[in-house]
Amino acid sequence: MSEAIPISLKVNGRTHQLFVQPWHTLLQALREQIFLTGSKRGCNQGVCGACSVIIDGAVVRGCLTLAANATGREITTVEGLAQGNDLSPVQQALLDLGAVQCGFCMPGMAVAATALLADNPEPSDEEIRDGLSGNLCRCSGYVKVIEAVRSASAGGAS
Amino acid sequence: MNDYVSPVGQGIPRLETRDKITGKAVYADDLSRPDMLIGVIVPSPYAHARIAGYDVSAALALDGVAAVVTGEDIGDHKIGPFIKDETALAVGKVRYMGEPVAAVAAVDLETARKAARLIDISYEELPAVFDTDAATADDAPVLHEDLGGYIKVFEAENDRNAMAIIEIVEGDVASAWDRCAAVVEGSYETQAQCHSYMEPCSALAEIDSNGKITIWSSNQSVFHVQSFVADSLGMPMSKVRCVTPQVGGAFGGKMEQTVQPAAAALARATGRPVKVTLTREQDFEMIRSRHPGKVWMKTGAAADGTLLAREVRIVLDAGAYADDSPGVAGIAALFCRGPYRIENVSIESRPVYTNKLRSGAFRGFGGPQVAIAGETQIDEIADKLGMDPIDVRLKNAVQPGEEWMIGVATNKAGLTECLNRVRAACGWDEKRKAASNGSGRKRGIGLACIPHISGVLTSGAIVRILEDGTAILNTGAVDNGQGSDTVLVQICAASLGLDIDRVSVATPDTDGSPYNWGTTASRVTYMAGRAVVAAAEDAVAQLKQRAAIMMECAEEDLELRDGGRIGIKGVPEAEVGFRDISGFSHWVAGGPVIGTNSLAYDGPDFDPKRGYLKGFPFGKIGTWIFAAQAVEVELDEATGRITPLRIWSAHDIGKAINPTAVEGQIQGGIVQGLGYALCEEMVWDSGRLANPSFMDYKIPGIMDVPPEIETMLVEDPDEDGPFGAKGIGEPPIVGIAPAISNAVAHAAGIRLRRLPMTPERVLRTLRE
Repeated sequence: MSEAIPISLKVNGRTHQLFVQPWHTLLQALREQIFLTGSKRGCNQGVCGACSVIIDGAVVRGCLTLAANATGREITTVEGLAQGNDLSPVQQALLDLGAVQCGFCMPGMAVAATALLADNPEPSDEEIRDGLSGNLCRCSGYVKVIEAVRSASAGGAS
Repeated sequence: MNDYVSPVGQGIPRLETRDKITGKAVYADDLSRPDMLIGVIVPSPYAHARIAGYDVSAALALDGVAAVVTGEDIGDHKIGPFIKDETALAVGKVRYMGEPVAAVAAVDLETARKAARLIDISYEELPAVFDTDAATADDAPVLHEDLGGYIKVFEAENDRNAMAIIEIVEGDVASAWDRCAAVVEGSYETQAQCHSYMEPCSALAEIDSNGKITIWSSNQSVFHVQSFVADSLGMPMSKVRCVTPQVGGAFGGKMEQTVQPAAAALARATGRPVKVTLTREQDFEMIRSRHPGKVWMKTGAAADGTLLAREVRIVLDAGAYADDSPGVAGIAALFCRGPYRIENVSIESRPVYTNKLRSGAFRGFGGPQVAIAGETQIDEIADKLGMDPIDVRLKNAVQPGEEWMIGVATNKAGLTECLNRVRAACGWDEKRKAASNGSGRKRGIGLACIPHISGVLTSGAIVRILEDGTAILNTGAVDNGQGSDTVLVQICAASLGLDIDRVSVATPDTDGSPYNWGTTASRVTYMAGRAVVAAAEDAVAQLKQRAAIMMECAEEDLELRDGGRIGIKGVPEAEVGFRDISGFSHWVAGGPVIGTNSLAYDGPDFDPKRGYLKGFPFGKIGTWIFAAQAVEVELDEATGRITPLRIWSAHDIGKAINPTAVEGQIQGGIVQGLGYALCEEMVWDSGRLANPSFMDYKIPGIMDVPPEIETMLVEDPDEDGPFGAKGIGEPPIVGIAPAISNAVAHAAGIRLRRLPMTPERVLRTLRE
């Protein structure tokens, strides 16, 4: 085995000092070293999107990002979306509209929707679909997910 | 308390959603235990081979490896829900590529994977068969030489690799054809569909000093897990405790064993907790799929559209082990008549062993394989007779109280209402008139009907009134994500006259939960729901008994009042709250209030006088549920691509306990149905699965969903269902493929008889 690399992961505003192997993914580091298990391992090859996290404002796959490359950057995971007990608008809408079934895809879905609305506060339905096109869900049929993101958007409160 | 609103019928958010969207919800792979090891399963590299020997010394010598287990260690303990033909790790032979042969536990995943590669198993390869035609040839290699001697839970004849031959015959098909004005006949082929639940299979097993193993796993029934782990490892069931964290989808794929026996065997071998989680690739290769089907069907009708006869031959590719195959083949036979009155039917259904991944339960359970044949033949009959396809269906639709084949009553059959609702909502009559013209992009609309059942087997419920008058509900039913925990709490709270925040739900745990056969067969709302109503009624009777002592009156003078009170009938001010009654019962007299119910599905039996039934692996099956679905499509004749534009789906559900959850079930089922119809297909290259990943096996993404999916609920309460409710899990997937095939026929006049209807197959058919 090669030498473990010391890194500093800034996750949801908290900094964690850890040692990782050069091949360890960010998803591994989050789940197995920091014990933030909200980000899910659905396929481990960048297709399903259940491990989506936000790094410096952009949605990335935790399973395709090396932990060592994330050192020092601002990382937001699903655990960082709510403020204490107050759900974020995206989370509240997913809850209220019944968009969540098994929930395994939802951490990635909520993260991707949050980043989408940060970039584009008033997306069209086509833009919502485009923004969530990297997140697979097998339960919901996506209909209520689209409704929830529409309702959480700046134009959707009415 | 007059403002109490019954929670039944309210689309309240799921109880566990907040945890799921904040990342707090715990799934099996999120768990860890002190001193925990990681386990890896070694798959068979051959499709059919004799195991000649094991050498595990190099693996055991690796630093960090705690144990290796093989079939020799766990022994020849066979399991299987219908035919006991399978061991948790292969013994003697392997029968498909990917079959678990050995398992290793080590300090971390990397070490365990390295050790797995060092396990040296020698094989003598045997001739293999990869489809049902080859498997049923006279000289085909036999997969299970001991099939005749295996323990079975049903009686059926078998023939070489055909593990069971199921027959249903009513009336006289042979003499009916002559009376038909229109006869259609065709062969249909359907593919293996992967369940593709987002959460790969995972289990964590831990053993205590008395040898009792606790298993947390992703599953559809903790009681099934308890039973197959105990059986496969030769342990008493009392030494196996099974618990369920959140489950990341199942759809039938987690109904029988996944990785629990391997995790338990490793925990037993090491004395330490062991977690086994499959990679997505292994999950594809190792667990189970929907049966590929080959169906030959012939249907005939009189000139006025009355269906007179249907003859069907079904062959299902079961893969290497029986699993739920006899059940699926039996239900396919039962459903292939379609929800119509047809007096003369002759059906044969055979599940056949091949050297591929086992096929098993999957939402629809045999329905989708026969619906593509049956529902497109109704349209072809309509075509031949110059009738409207909905008119033909309405003419033959089963009516409330009518009997199904072999004499099972259909109770409240809402099919006609479903058809009428879809017809009106989708603008059917107008759209069917609009003829496509020219070539290029053509539009069409098509429809299909679905028969299904909701019920089977047994469930129980325990409702305990706690010292403060709140309640805890324990049913042992696993919520796979469809929302049954919430629905059962709604049923319980409504039965007790409480708000839902006064009732909580216990985690399924074989040590403390009453038996529940499983989250399958669209049965939890209906079966566990019935048990919950009865257990709550039992709790109320006990509350009244205690209250009668407190208020010094007769029990029969008491009534349950909304908001958690028992009062004297006709005397509004004379009442006592659950908190006071429960305090009294816990500390003074009567004892803790524990309402219970134990239930076996008690509907009508088959009538042996009415028809001929052979090899059918179920007794009483369930209450009938029906649906009608329409899809409008655009067909691009240049590319062969079918685009679904709008979908309408009407369901006979008795009563929606939680309309939002019901809608979610319908929408989710429809989109899985789109995958089955248009893009999903597991492809084998001889024995090797060629596309074991979401890169190469395409499930519908958000871009594939049509902008409009309209759901309609037909609510005619079932006499036995809880608050009139019936199940909804399965039917929504079933009608989509035949409705699309019918829409394509309407658009372009071509008949697609093979799934999925990929652009390539569409183009080929267009050119024929």
